[in-house]
Amino acid sequence: MKKRLLCWLLSLTATAAIAQIPKMPLFRFENFTVANGLPDNHVYAVLVDRDRVWAGTENGLGLYENKHWKVYGTADGLAHRAVLSLALDQRTGDLWAGTMGGLSRISAGRIDSYTQLNSGLSNNVVYGVAVEGDNVWVATAAGGCRLNTRTGEWTLYNDHNTPMSEIWTYNVTATPEKVYYAVWGSGVLELNQKTGRWDKYDDPDGENELVLFKDQGLVHEIVTSVSYVDNILWIGTYMGDSRYDGRYWHNFLMKDSGLPSNFTNLVKGVDATHAWFCTDKGLAYYDGVNWAVYRPSLKDGRPEMTVRDAAGKVTRIAVTTAPAHNYVLGIDFQGKDIWVATAKGLSHGVRLNAK
Amino acid sequence: MSRHLWISARILALLVAVYAVRSVSPVHAVARPIVAVSSGTINRNERSEASQEYPNEARAIPVEQYASPVEMLMSPNGARLYVLCQESGEIQVLDAFSGRVLKRIGVGRVPRGFTLSPNADKLYVASSWDDHVAVIDTQRLQVIATWKVGAEPTSIAVDHSGTQLFVANRISNDVAVLNAKTGSEQRRLEAGRGASYLTMATDGSRLLVTHVYPNLGEYRTVPESEITVIDPHNAHVVERMPLHSIAGAFHVALSNDGHLGVVAHLHPKNLVPLAHVEHGWIFGDSITVFGTDIGKGIHGSVEVPLDELDRYFSYPFGVAIAPDKRHIYVTNAGADVVTVVDVSKLLAYIHAHPGGFAQNLGASAHYVTARIAVGANPRGVLLSRDGRHLYVANRLDDTVSVVNTSTERVEKTFPLDGPKTISALRKGERIFYSARYSFQGQIACTNCHIDSTFDGLTWDLEPDGFGIGIVDNRMLEDIRNTAPYKWNGSNPNIPTECGIRTEKYFWRSQNYNDRQLADLTLYIRSIPARPNRWRLPHGQMTSAQERGRALFVRSKDNFGNPIAEKNRCVYCHSGPMGTNQTSFDVGTGKRTDLSGVFDTPQLTNIALTAPYLHDGSARSLEEIWTLYNPADRHGRTNDLTKDQLNDLIEYLKTR
Repeated sequence: MKKRLLCWLLSLTATAAIAQIPKMPLFRFENFTVANGLPDNHVYAVLVDRDRVWAGTENGLGLYENKHWKVYGTADGLAHRAVLSLALDQRTGDLWAGTMGGLSRISAGRIDSYTQLNSGLSNNVVYGVAVEGDNVWVATAAGGCRLNTRTGEWTLYNDHNTPMSEIWTYNVTATPEKVYYAVWGSGVLELNQKTGRWDKYDDPDGENELVLFKDQGLVHEIVTSVSYVDNILWIGTYMGDSRYDGRYWHNFLMKDSGLPSNFTNLVKGVDATHAWFCTDKGLAYYDGVNWAVYRPSLKDGRPEMTVRDAAGKVTRIAVTTAPAHNYVLGIDFQGKDIWVATAKGLSHGVRLNAK
Repeated sequence: MSRHLWISARILALLVAVYAVRSVSPVHAVARPIVAVSSGTINRNERSEASQEYPNEARAIPVEQYASPVEMLMSPNGARLYVLCQESGEIQVLDAFSGRVLKRIGVGRVPRGFTLSPNADKLYVASSWDDHVAVIDTQRLQVIATWKVGAEPTSIAVDHSGTQLFVANRISNDVAVLNAKTGSEQRRLEAGRGASYLTMATDGSRLLVTHVYPNLGEYRTVPESEITVIDPHNAHVVERMPLHSIAGAFHVALSNDGHLGVVAHLHPKNLVPLAHVEHGWIFGDSITVFGTDIGKGIHGSVEVPLDELDRYFSYPFGVAIAPDKRHIYVTNAGADVVTVVDVSKLLAYIHAHPGGFAQNLGASAHYVTARIAVGANPRGVLLSRDGRHLYVANRLDDTVSVVNTSTERVEKTFPLDGPKTISALRKGERIFYSARYSFQGQIACTNCHIDSTFDGLTWDLEPDGFGIGIVDNRMLEDIRNTAPYKWNGSNPNIPTECGIRTEKYFWRSQNYNDRQLADLTLYIRSIPARPNRWRLPHGQMTSAQERGRALFVRSKDNFGNPIAEKNRCVYCHSGPMGTNQTSFDVGTGKRTDLSGVFDTPQLTNIALTAPYLHDGSARSLEEIWTLYNPADRHGRTNDLTKDQLNDLIEYLKTR
């Protein structure tokens, strides 16, 4: 009887303690590597298309469907084996893949590839791709470009016709109203599609790594990622992250947020307040107030999840699984589940506390 | 009549000439060519076509406006036959029993496909030269709307709910999805090259798309075509059925139960040297059957030859499957027949030959049960609901043959409204589309020049040795003033190109007589250029096109250095056709060429005609300069930035 009472008390205490911890998404991670069919462990990008999952890897494009992997490579027409970025045309179901050797369209199994030699593509190294209406927006190592799929016309964006001071574009996000380019070393470029006007957002502190005044502007010039959702621009850089609502900036750094690292490979906004951050030291989720980090421990590799509340209190959550690696490169959503691209495998985060 | 007068009358009867626009009426909505011609003997060695080939050009008269029926539909009650007339740009509505023409409805230029709404209250017609869909109220029999669509809409289908229209666009290689109530375009689906014909499954579960050109492949590889399969419910492409070795796929049909599919197509042999014609050396005429009836699953398919050992049935085009699935009917447009295939015999033969038999010219004897002679250039076919009658649109006869499927004989022939005399131009067109002049009826001009254009293939057709002189097939549009002809520029005029050369190296058969050659030449000279889809109205240009034009005519390079006159784009590609009609060595010759000197090709609709260069080694316009102009011999281009090259190409697309 005493024993049962003790258990009950302990349970009550634990529940009370957990109740004070912000409720953040819990996942059971199932990891894929070459051992179970992934074309390569180095996964640059992941994209979910309903019940199908595409993985852009260093050695081919993988399609996970009905619990089996199908792999597309250069023999199938893929522009290059290293697939860096993915975008889905929701209207047609076609997939666009940015690779180290050009841009490929995968349409019902047929692959057509565009390169700098056979098309108007500005450069073969395609870091980012986005689909907006009939336009495919591309971020390359030699500027951005747009393919109008109806007319076949390519329009190039570089230092000749935009305020871009560097032409190493890393990522692009596009809507019918705004297009944003993440430019490595040259901030963020914004195209107003209605007016055709370009604007540029730079780090007010210049190219150094100082942040003199918090939230004064873009956190850093080396921008790796942009995600425009609900009129909010989420920005990832190698020195922290930013959120821009069109008027005010809010910056995130390790020292004043729950970010596990300032080195961000990709940021993906869910909506105006929620976003995921893919960093070199784990995957982070921000719900507008609190943070959660998912990763194998940097010390011993054991699965780890931490939650940071608004007051900055960090609580470790007991978990038994984690993403395949802490170097996270991409994320996409499948209902409440997440799929995570890492440097050493692809992870399927099965949501445990969805309700 | 004296011999003198007879000859004069004959000359007069054959007079016609160069482009003019005939008055437009609801029925005669097509811009019609007027062609100048003479007849009688042509001096095949004469060089100047304008002055010597056609001495009577000044006496031009308008040509006749033929109906040229290509497709048909029947009203649900079987009372009306709707006939799509390509040349007159109209629908002729016939009494299906008597053949009497009840109404003629103008729909726009060069309509190629149409469909009825599920409740048959509307007829949707794709007018390929106007880039619109005409909507006809079938009660009032008049056009109630025209909706702008893509580039060269060629076929149209509607889903079972009647809410979505699918339009195959031949030039933009896609299928547009429209709201069937408003005509607003919702999306474009990537199809194959030259998307042209659509067939909806009887249960509405899938839509099949076929293509008149093969997909662009690697240099000198087997042509690959596809049947694009669309799920009409979510309007996504869900499958691409490969058609290996096929270029020029036309109609596709599905049985009512959906278990058997048939597509009519050409099987070119463009990789082997054209050493001879016999044994199907240059072309095979075949169908591919697919579906669960074939026994290899839904993805299985078998190519089925229609030719015989010593007779060919050129240009399979229209196809229909009998409601009881006992027979397949195929029009052979170049042979003026309908081929009847017994399905049970065919399936037995397929199962007995699991390794395939695409090259076996003896095979057809085992499953082809009849060849029904119909009119000239039979195209679309339509079965009555009970399957007792087969309607055949005879494009170059302006008639519809009604075949009794029990007797396998033409029971009636419905004449369509239109001219009853056959002009020289029409005769020339018939020659162009007929295979009767080639050895054993294997090929017609249109085999390589599909619908009087091109085929997207390269051929080893020169009599200069095997593997020597590989040439890209050039388009025929608006070529009358672009002599000389042939990539080496050795043919001074069209009669030489189409007479001696064709007779000797292609047909390996009878020569045309002088009158036939004159008629054929007349027709080829009359082939117009289709509307250029990249040009803005009133000669306006986009900023990229403007910049590209400046590069095209520039005299200094990016470094301020003068460009030698002969190394400017505009020097060789001068004039309205984009050619100075002279040959040059632009550094593109290969070891397989006898000479590096090639005729300067015209630029007419150049955006459509990939691959490029004399041997088709450049798969895109970009590759002409990114891969094949290392020493700036094909114009000074290596100083161009990527932006500038894109601009130049945007300008070239407007030519």
